[in-house]
Amino acid sequence: MANSLLMFLVFVVITLCITYWAARRSQGTAGFFAAGRRITGWQNGIAVAGDYMSAASFLGIAGLIAFNGYDGFMYSVGWLVAYLTVLFVVAEPLRNAGKYTMADVLAYRLKPRPVRAMASLSTLTVSTFYMIAQMVGAGTLVALLLKDSGISFQTAVIGVGALMIVYVVFGGMLATTWVQIIKAILLMGGTFALSLMVMGHFGFSLSAFFDAVTQVHFHDKTGAEVVQNFLQPGLKYKPPYGPWDLISLGMALILGTAGLPHILVRFYTVPDAKTARVSVVWAMALIGSFYIMTTFLGFGAATIVGKDFIGANGGTNMSAPLLAKALGGDIFFAFISAVAFATILAVVAGLTISASTSFAHDFWTNVVHHGKERKPGEEVFVARVTAFVVGGIAITIAIALGQTTNVAFLVALAFAVAASANLPVILLSLFWRRFTTRGAVWGLGSGLLSSMVLIALSPSIMTVDADTVVGAARHMIQHAPIFPLENPGILSIPLGFLGAVLGTLSGREPEAERMFTELTVRANTGLGAEKPSNH
Amino acid sequence: MAKKNNSFRGKDYTPFSGSPTDVARLGRGPKPGHEQTAFEDKDPVDWSRLAQTSAYKDLIHRKIRFIVPACVFFIIYYFALPILVGFAPQLMATPVWGKVNLAYLFALSQFFMAWILAGLYVAVANRLDKRAREVLDSHQNRKGGK
Repeated sequence: MANSLLMFLVFVVITLCITYWAARRSQGTAGFFAAGRRITGWQNGIAVAGDYMSAASFLGIAGLIAFNGYDGFMYSVGWLVAYLTVLFVVAEPLRNAGKYTMADVLAYRLKPRPVRAMASLSTLTVSTFYMIAQMVGAGTLVALLLKDSGISFQTAVIGVGALMIVYVVFGGMLATTWVQIIKAILLMGGTFALSLMVMGHFGFSLSAFFDAVTQVHFHDKTGAEVVQNFLQPGLKYKPPYGPWDLISLGMALILGTAGLPHILVRFYTVPDAKTARVSVVWAMALIGSFYIMTTFLGFGAATIVGKDFIGANGGTNMSAPLLAKALGGDIFFAFISAVAFATILAVVAGLTISASTSFAHDFWTNVVHHGKERKPGEEVFVARVTAFVVGGIAITIAIALGQTTNVAFLVALAFAVAASANLPVILLSLFWRRFTTRGAVWGLGSGLLSSMVLIALSPSIMTVDADTVVGAARHMIQHAPIFPLENPGILSIPLGFLGAVLGTLSGREPEAERMFTELTVRANTGLGAEKPSNH
Repeated sequence: MAKKNNSFRGKDYTPFSGSPTDVARLGRGPKPGHEQTAFEDKDPVDWSRLAQTSAYKDLIHRKIRFIVPACVFFIIYYFALPILVGFAPQLMATPVWGKVNLAYLFALSQFFMAWILAGLYVAVANRLDKRAREVLDSHQNRKGGK
């Protein structure tokens, strides 16, 4: 147990050295928010992958496959396919026409203040919810992996929170980027080694591996032994609502990934749109291989460790670490645990910087002060203060929720808001000449509101628990769910688009229509795009 | 660069070349700010003229010709997976390769579909970069060289 703590401390020391280096190097506003726009294509690609592959993917999807077989794998497919939207539609126009945030593109031809205020609200909502989910996850992980070391849930949450604040406040985007890169390499390395060990266990024979997967032994609740084919679809997503939930999740992924603020800000860190394109391709190579390898992790855990043992030793999230222990012993278990912590830490740092950038650049400078910095460096100063405040809020809420609360719905909520509020307005402002300020405000508002309301009415919040479920694990509203799906995308995305279209059709904005040509020429050619800094 | 002539200080209002009160350097570059008309000053790039150039129109046309079919294809291909698995589970459970069934292979093929489409897009986009370059060059020439 002490081993994993030691390895994690090595990671912390290395990343703090990077933060020190970055703090001395990065200068000015573009240096802080966009790492001087001098990150190369492969570096940014790895960092995008690092931002995206959270502990939910590493531990959650491996667990989902270990317990539900094929359905867990099907769940993981959408996470890569979603990057086609980022590549085709969002990455290059955003880099060409924006400065630091997605709101820059919206404010280009619409009235800046209302649009930026709403976009900033939506960005802060997505980032904060996602961050709380990650931090509760970090605390839970500590309780499971380090239960003998005396580190409590609170200490873990505060530790992760404090570190992420240090990275962002002192190192800015440059430090955050390198933390992501190191974490992504560790995560890929750990996953690859583990997959190799699983295949080694089956003598590197794919047919032996799949033979085992079709005959998974475990005991059901009554204690009877069950043999199940884990390649059989339908073990988790059962009719009537299962397939619809999966379709709804797919919609949220495919449109939401291209609207996640912490992914979008990454495209401002590269010198030009061509490099942004290259970085998406790098990210897709990494993310795709990672999710294919989770098959080996999940099926490996199901066949080698077994559902019974995992269930008795911490539950689904422990599938990958327990597999590491079974195949590689205590040292490898410690390494995989440390990688899981590093993963959480890097993701929350990425979320913190995107939230502070949006608040400082969109809300403080452009909404409150009409686009003028009152003195040089004000925007960066405000961003640093925001990082403290956002970090503090996330720590407080994570501790208040406690480790038994089910927070998976917060991730679903973050994707739903990104897909229903952010992406419709990004798309319409880039492709619809007639689009207006009111359309953007209504679109952001209706997407944000409908996602939150539908999540509150979904089985994640509204479920009647059995009397044996006590404390924070109980659902918040003890009532049969009004909305039957866990993922609201299938309804909230059309509502987001509907708000944007109705708002637009209710009036005309000649200035926005006139500026449309300018925006599209810039977005497609890169004329007048922000240049990288010289130092 | 700003070399001041001390003996004329206070009298000469064009103390160095290129100052705001200097006259336009004929044929050697864009007009200085004070010589521009209000309209020229307001919008230094003639965006609507650029949008009308054949190079730009060709760029957009080719981009749309790739992106629209590619998006339609990947959306249909991706949503076919949950729809087929959800509503025709027995068909998808058919073993194809040893014990590996259609559902697994179809899900796995999604990864390769995404990679191949991304590769095709990069090939097209790299060619389009040259077109975008031409659009920018026509803008530079119009401004009167450097």
